[in-house]
Amino acid sequence: MTRDAYEPVIGMEIHAELRTKSKMFCGCPVVDTTVAEPNSAICPVCTALPGAMPVVNREAVAQAMMVGLALNCTINESSIFARKNYFYPDLPKGYQISQYDFPLATAGWIEVTPEGGEPVRIGITRAHMEEDTAKSEHYPAIWQETDAYTLVDFNRSGVPLLEIVSEPDMHSTAEALAYGTAIREILRYLGVNSGDMEKGVLRFEANVSVRPLGSETLGTRTEIKNLNSFRALVQASEYEIERQIGVLEAGGQVVQETLGWDAARGVTYSQRSKEHAHDYRYFPEPDLPPLHIDPAWVDEVRGALPELPAVKYERFTTALGLPENDARILVGERALADYFEAALAAYGGDPSEISKWVVGELSFLMNRDGVGIGDVKVAPDALSRLVTLLVKGTINQNGAKDVLGSMFETGRPPDEIVKEKGLVQISDSDALAAVVQEVIDENPDEVRTYLAGKATLLQWFMGQVMRKTRGRAKPPVVLALLRERLGEPESAG
Amino acid sequence: MDLHSLTIRAAHDLLREGKITSVELTGAVLDRIAKVDPAVRAYVTVCHDEAMAEAATADARLRSGEDVTLLTGIPYGVKDCLSTNGVRTTCSSAILEDYVPRYDATAISRLREAGAVLVGKHNMDEFGMGSSCENSALFNTHNPWDLARVPGGSSGGSAAAVAADMGLFSLGEDTGGSVRMPAGFCGVTGLKPTYGRVSRYGLIALASSFDSIGPFAHDVRDAALVTEVIAGHDPMDSTSTTAAVPDYAACMDRDLRGVRLGIPEEYFALGIDPGVDRAVRAAIDQLADLGAEVVPVSLPHTKYAIPIYYLILTAEASSNLARFDGVRYGLSLPEGGADVIDRYLQTRERGFGDEVKRRIMLGTFALSAGYYDAYYLRAQRVRTLLRQDFERAFEQVDALIAPVCPTTAFKIGEKIDDPLQMYLSDIHVVAANPGGVCALAVPCGFSEGLPVGMQVIGPPLGEPTVFRIGDAYQGATEWHLARPGVEGMSYD
Repeated sequence: MTRDAYEPVIGMEIHAELRTKSKMFCGCPVVDTTVAEPNSAICPVCTALPGAMPVVNREAVAQAMMVGLALNCTINESSIFARKNYFYPDLPKGYQISQYDFPLATAGWIEVTPEGGEPVRIGITRAHMEEDTAKSEHYPAIWQETDAYTLVDFNRSGVPLLEIVSEPDMHSTAEALAYGTAIREILRYLGVNSGDMEKGVLRFEANVSVRPLGSETLGTRTEIKNLNSFRALVQASEYEIERQIGVLEAGGQVVQETLGWDAARGVTYSQRSKEHAHDYRYFPEPDLPPLHIDPAWVDEVRGALPELPAVKYERFTTALGLPENDARILVGERALADYFEAALAAYGGDPSEISKWVVGELSFLMNRDGVGIGDVKVAPDALSRLVTLLVKGTINQNGAKDVLGSMFETGRPPDEIVKEKGLVQISDSDALAAVVQEVIDENPDEVRTYLAGKATLLQWFMGQVMRKTRGRAKPPVVLALLRERLGEPESAG
Repeated sequence: MDLHSLTIRAAHDLLREGKITSVELTGAVLDRIAKVDPAVRAYVTVCHDEAMAEAATADARLRSGEDVTLLTGIPYGVKDCLSTNGVRTTCSSAILEDYVPRYDATAISRLREAGAVLVGKHNMDEFGMGSSCENSALFNTHNPWDLARVPGGSSGGSAAAVAADMGLFSLGEDTGGSVRMPAGFCGVTGLKPTYGRVSRYGLIALASSFDSIGPFAHDVRDAALVTEVIAGHDPMDSTSTTAAVPDYAACMDRDLRGVRLGIPEEYFALGIDPGVDRAVRAAIDQLADLGAEVVPVSLPHTKYAIPIYYLILTAEASSNLARFDGVRYGLSLPEGGADVIDRYLQTRERGFGDEVKRRIMLGTFALSAGYYDAYYLRAQRVRTLLRQDFERAFEQVDALIAPVCPTTAFKIGEKIDDPLQMYLSDIHVVAANPGGVCALAVPCGFSEGLPVGMQVIGPPLGEPTVFRIGDAYQGATEWHLARPGVEGMSYD
């Protein structure tokens, strides 16, 4: 059999840090652990001093509910925190407070569309709250100086985490990628996670198995941990699918185990087998009563949910008639979509005229200078004014790009720049007629050639007029004048 | 006048009237400790200088007359499992022998705010695991009534300190009888409040769903006024109740007419020493004389109390004690470099005593995959039955009367090699914790020269009822006034 004879089955677990001011169970601020002074945001609770006790962060629950609702989950009126027991230096209590058999959100779904494919529905098993661990930093031995050692930074200890567990509903790495991308987009839309994967605020795990095409039973799965980029997600899953098919083809059996991903070598490697799986000895956290959620609170959170990416995309492409590519780019970042809508509100014409400029020249300038949409100096209504000037013919395409460049640098209004640069198009026939006559008078040879039948020279005359007017002449007017003054060329042939 | 043997109320009157100062009172208690404690060994740490400074501050507060509470200037000690900012807190364990907390437990900070003066920390069974103080990794504490005997446990030091007048009151902690049992053995009054009545924040946890901080005092009125100060909701402890704290003194009424008392038959069928049985039955007669109606009741699931308690306790304790790993504080072995597994193994091997290791292993087993349903989950289900026993009983009666312990204080060394015998000494006190009720221990006589204790068990948040009954009893009896003659005694 070949690769085509097998169907991959992928389920995903996504760990997302929530973007709260304080930690999950104490009042310590949540800081950017990649820049903050180590152990500068810690207290008795998140370092597990004897006697310290957890208190649930209400904002974290609210954010977790937002995600649950956005993923079409049921928010359970009663959920229970549980202790997951294991020893590790970055886990100060010797247990992680998580949720186990009674999570906050269950039984949801989202629809995702892989690149070039059909939309698929991915089931969401559950979304539950837990706390992040501290961060261990390992230092190697220096010969004849120090032994290897490890330092622990507790700034991250107790940062709220949401774990989103999918059903094994994905059947290609493209679908896994689409799902991961969609979850990241939703989290960013809700403002509960920055999506900065390089900062580790979003981490993937993929459960991968394969089965003969048409089979209903699941094959033995492996779990690939700590996939910290989309690239790693796709490459590791792809590698694992191929590896498992290879094992089966060779007559072997896939071993249930936990794997790591070696990005440098491009291979998965075994971390622990099923026999050595941790027994986490879950039991209900006696320091926290069951979490009761008033249905009125759920309604309140639901009412405050922003428009989600899929709905926005639908509206942009149908109601606004945007090209699919424009819509996809705009929806990809909530702030960009908001910018577009603000510009559109001040416009009134064809929405795709605005989207073209937002995803085109403006995005080009932003990328060139590494400026985010939040820091762009061009106000949305200034952009719509620029587009209006272009559509009305006050300026031409090149002029508009020029003006936008200045707006981008200075934040000044377009009218001011157009005036200053003298970019207003000359559409006055009398003024342009003099220029056209000048060009004809100065180029008798070209006039002859043209009249002799080389009709394409008309564009050359156009260029001469443009040069003399520094691009401000309105092309249709010039063309009409040239035809009138030059007369008809002899038909070629 | 022996200042160290005053009740809180008597001392407060003298302080208020300016007849004595807190510096004098605290000094007297510290002198008493210096004199008596070498024999009793209740204190793990005595904070002499800090106490004298706090006493001076209290005196200034008393002189100004502003914000004076009944506890302002009153010296006390506390079981060494409550975190005290800047004062070593050992849990009587080698693993925490040098641990100094950087924050106060809520109960401690409430006493500080009231102006009480902390004189030191009391010996206990390591992490609260034991009934005799013999499981302390530091030293044994001796019963002031007979230095060859145990003070009870696990809050043995806190009971012995009050019995021997080394503090006007103390705070203990009761997970399965650890306040009541030593109160009974030492002849003092002790309360296990309703779970959640007193914040656990800063209490080094044994079993999080049972742990209750409660006072030891010379009488019920003193115990009630201390409870009133430490009780009440704490935002730092999500399991603390939001119910308002009653004015306990206002609930006292020495006439017990209209009060119905239940005598749980199962508690008297447990092989009680004749001397204990006699004293408790006499006390019940006394309560009847005060007007109470006495009726028999049944708590049919009592026999499951010990297994339920030990399954849930060991499960929770195995998890609670995981933080003692040698990484951040406390004992950390070996000296110098080691890999992390080695550090865990050596630190915990040397840092924990036998009983602690036994319970960690039992609890780890009870929570393990494949055993969780049969042990932990089943224990939780039977716990519900135990709770329902109490609910049904309290539909008929206002409180239950029972012995604290089937025997008086046993000899040091007598049961230490037989853990099961040791566990069974808690048989009368243990059910109150999984049962979710409150219970008061009051002295009710002597058997062969050793104190006997009576329990008054009340429904959840029934502290006003048990205080009223205990206080009425003490109004009619003098057992709580008896003091051991520890002067000049020594123990080798």
